[in-house]
Formats: sequence, C-alpha cells, structure tokens
Amino acid sequence: MTRLLTVLAPGPLTTVQDLGRPGQAALGIGRSGVCDRSSAALANRLVGNPPDAALLEVTFGGLVLRAEDDVLLATAGARCAGPFPHAAPAPLRRGQELRLGVPATGLRTYVAVRGGIAVPPVLGSRSTDVLAGLGPDVVAAGHQLPVGEPTAPPPTLDVAPVADPPGDDVTVPVLPGPRADWFGEAGWAALATRPWTVTSESNRVGLRLDGEPLQRVREGELPSEGMVRGALQVPPSGLPVLFLADHPVTGGYPVIGYVVDADVDRCAQLRPGQPLRFRASSRLDAGAPSR
Amino acid sequence: MRLLPSGSSALLVELDGLDDVLALYAALAAAPPEGVLDIVPAARTVLLVVDPGRTTLAEVADTVRRTSPRADARSTGEVIELPVHYDGADLAECAELLGTDPDGLVRRHADAEWTVAFCGFAPGFGYLTQSGGSWDVPRRPTPRTKVPPGSVALAGEFSGVYPRESPGGWQLIGRTDVAVFDLDREPAALLRPGVRVRFVPA
Repeated sequence: MTRLLTVLAPGPLTTVQDLGRPGQAALGIGRSGVCDRSSAALANRLVGNPPDAALLEVTFGGLVLRAEDDVLLATAGARCAGPFPHAAPAPLRRGQELRLGVPATGLRTYVAVRGGIAVPPVLGSRSTDVLAGLGPDVVAAGHQLPVGEPTAPPPTLDVAPVADPPGDDVTVPVLPGPRADWFGEAGWAALATRPWTVTSESNRVGLRLDGEPLQRVREGELPSEGMVRGALQVPPSGLPVLFLADHPVTGGYPVIGYVVDADVDRCAQLRPGQPLRFRASSRLDAGAPSR
Repeated sequence: MRLLPSGSSALLVELDGLDDVLALYAALAAAPPEGVLDIVPAARTVLLVVDPGRTTLAEVADTVRRTSPRADARSTGEVIELPVHYDGADLAECAELLGTDPDGLVRRHADAEWTVAFCGFAPGFGYLTQSGGSWDVPRRPTPRTKVPPGSVALAGEFSGVYPRESPGGWQLIGRTDVAVFDLDREPAALLRPGVRVRFVPA
C-alpha cells in the first residue's frame, strides 16, 4: 500500500521537484527542476535517495505535513525555524506533523522523504514548471502526496555539516554572455562593480534585480535565442534578470553575462531585498568559449 | 559560423539565417555530441547545453566546427498534414495586409510547404517557415489575452499553431482540431524542428 503525506498548509509556495526535463528544450519544453541543486542533492542523500528522486521545494517555510504512515525525512537548504532537525535525517511517525517555520536566512528548503515523492511523472519528470504550466499541480492544503518505495540502500549520513545560506551580501563570479558586446566594456564593468538588489518580483523563473540600469551601446532587435539557467538577460529597462530553473527556453533580450552554473544554487537562496554582487571572472575580450 | 560564450555549461552557435540553423541542427540532432544535454535551435542560433561532468565546452566547440550541416534539412523531415478550418478572426484583415483576398491567402498558406524551424514561446509551439517564402506579416497592434487552442496563425515570416489557450499577438487565420501538443501521446509535440507541415483546407 502506498504511504502518504497529507499537506495541511503549503506555505507561500511549495512544489514537487526533481532534476527536471533535460533534452526537450528543442520542443519548447524547459528543463525546470530544483532551483538549488546542491541543497536538493544533500536532502536526497541524507535519506538514502538517488539524486533524481522527487522532493518538495518549500519557499520561505510555512509547510505543514502530516505523515499518514511512518516515513524518514530530511531537510536541507534554508534552515526553517521549528523542532524538526535540519540537514539530518529524522523519522516522522504515523500521525506526527512536520511544521516548518520561517527561515532566518535563505529562501528555499528541500524536504526529502525516503522513497521520494511518487506523483506521476509528466514528460519524464515530476517537476512543476511554473512558467510552462507543466508537471504536478502546485502543492496545496489537502493534497495527499504518495511516497515511493526506497530503491537505494539506507542512508549512512546522520548529519551534514553545511553552512546556512548567508543573509547578507552575496558575490558570485560572472562570465561574459553571448551579447556582452551590446553593452561594451563600460557595461561589463558596470555589471561587475555596481551593487544589485533582489526584488520581490523574483520567482522560480528568475531573480529580478534592481539597481542603476545598464546602458546598451547598440540598438536593434535580437532574434530570440536559446539560454540556460544562470543567464543575465537585460530587458529594455536595463535591469538584469538572473534566470533560474523555470526560465523560458529562448529569449529575445541580450544576455550580458552568465553566473557560473555551480553558483546559481547560491543565487536561488537569495530573498527579496538581499544584495547581490557580480565579480567578473574574465575580461570581456577573453570570453571566447575555448577554455 | 560564430561560437559565442554562454556561461560554464552552454555554447551558442550563431549562423547567417534560418536555413543554416535548420541544416546545422539536423546534423547535430542526428548525431548529438557526447555529453550534450540539449540542442536548441532558434532564429539565428543553435544553443548546445553540455553536462560539464561528461564533456568540456572546448570539445563540443571542436565537434561543432567539424560538423557538416545537412543542406537537405528542408526536404528530409517527416511530413504531417494538418486539416485547417480557415475561419480565423483576422483572415480578411491579414489577406488585405498581404495584398490578396481570403481565398488567395488560404491558397498560398495551403500550397506552401512549411518546415518547423524551431520551437519556443510554449511547449510544442513550432515556428514554421516556408522555403523561399518571404512573408512579412505584422503582429496585432494589441496582443489578445486569450487565443483559443488549435488557432493557426501568422506573424513575420512564420506560421504557427497555438498548442493551448494562451495570450498571443499573431494574426489568426484558422484553426485545426489536431492537438499539436498532447501529454498523453508519444511524442507529445507534433511540431518538432525539421518536421514538414502541409495545411489542408478542412
């Protein structure tokens, strides 16, 4: 019989996520998947799940779950207030509740259950793509989430010594993007020296940044082109958008730079109002892809 | 061909136009380079998304440079027929914009052989082009908030079919009952890059 978790409250936004749908972008289907891959991988490892097991991505805490059967859970990413241990596997017995408070720092908490969340996959993935409207419904109160059968050996880690996401300035390295030349040397320098602030319009699609707008040095329309997460796209407002998991497959505004892929995870933990800085990790003229 | 940087896990290949995109995409899709997760054609570019654990951008760049584009890409794809009721809300206005009447527009649309050049905008939305054709259809000055699913539309040099209800600024010339995107079908998307499409008046 399938074990179940009942959702009593989802918090501001909880979705089911896994590693997404790579390989279908040519059909207009984005990858989606967890926003902070390293935290999600840790949560899965703590309960002995394979890396592609589906788990819950909880935005700004607030999730309340009741176990209808005995399960093993682990949380990673943003540390939510509450009695449940963080970054350590712990059982939730039948009838017990997991109550996640608000995290002191960071934005996204990953809740892995041993066996994985076993909702039916859509196009090969259990990820909810909020932009494309694909995948499982956004988690809501009253949902009963099926838990799968464990496929990997039991966990061997009992606690993971990981730092909490920082609550102050974050600086990430940035590489020149395909259209950095639309902003010239001055624009590239401005991107890397000006302070940016994450705005409240940010979501799984991307971080919208506020600051002093970037100026183009050339005019014209850009035919839409493909992009991946980490892209810093600059719309006519001059304020960059840092694309996260549910970014559009193609976009028609110039991409000035790319956050190094591994550092996108840290950006996915930034909350509205938090400062973000970029550090140019190569000169603009050294951006040829021959590294 | 220009290779442009796209971060630590992707490479953007810029080409002269759509036919070059179709030709390079066809060659790459037929034999995807090792470690490439996604190959994304667009109007002037092909994006290659790599798994940095399995290959390097330099290796993928070498493979792309060595790839011979398939010049016959427009004539080798699978052919599908889409029956169309040519009764779109913008048919008459659009015909006038193209200097013809509704019958003339229907004939031109149905006589042309269309090829899916690339996808985007929404899952399963294909941008269809005709070989040698050079339509330039302006978008609606104000996009509609709701375009019905199955709407057959024109914009710029492209024709497209809306996979589901969505906002849209293209000129609606008709509709098809065929679901171009259906999660319960394999493959879900009918209009994949390289597929050739014939519209048949229903």
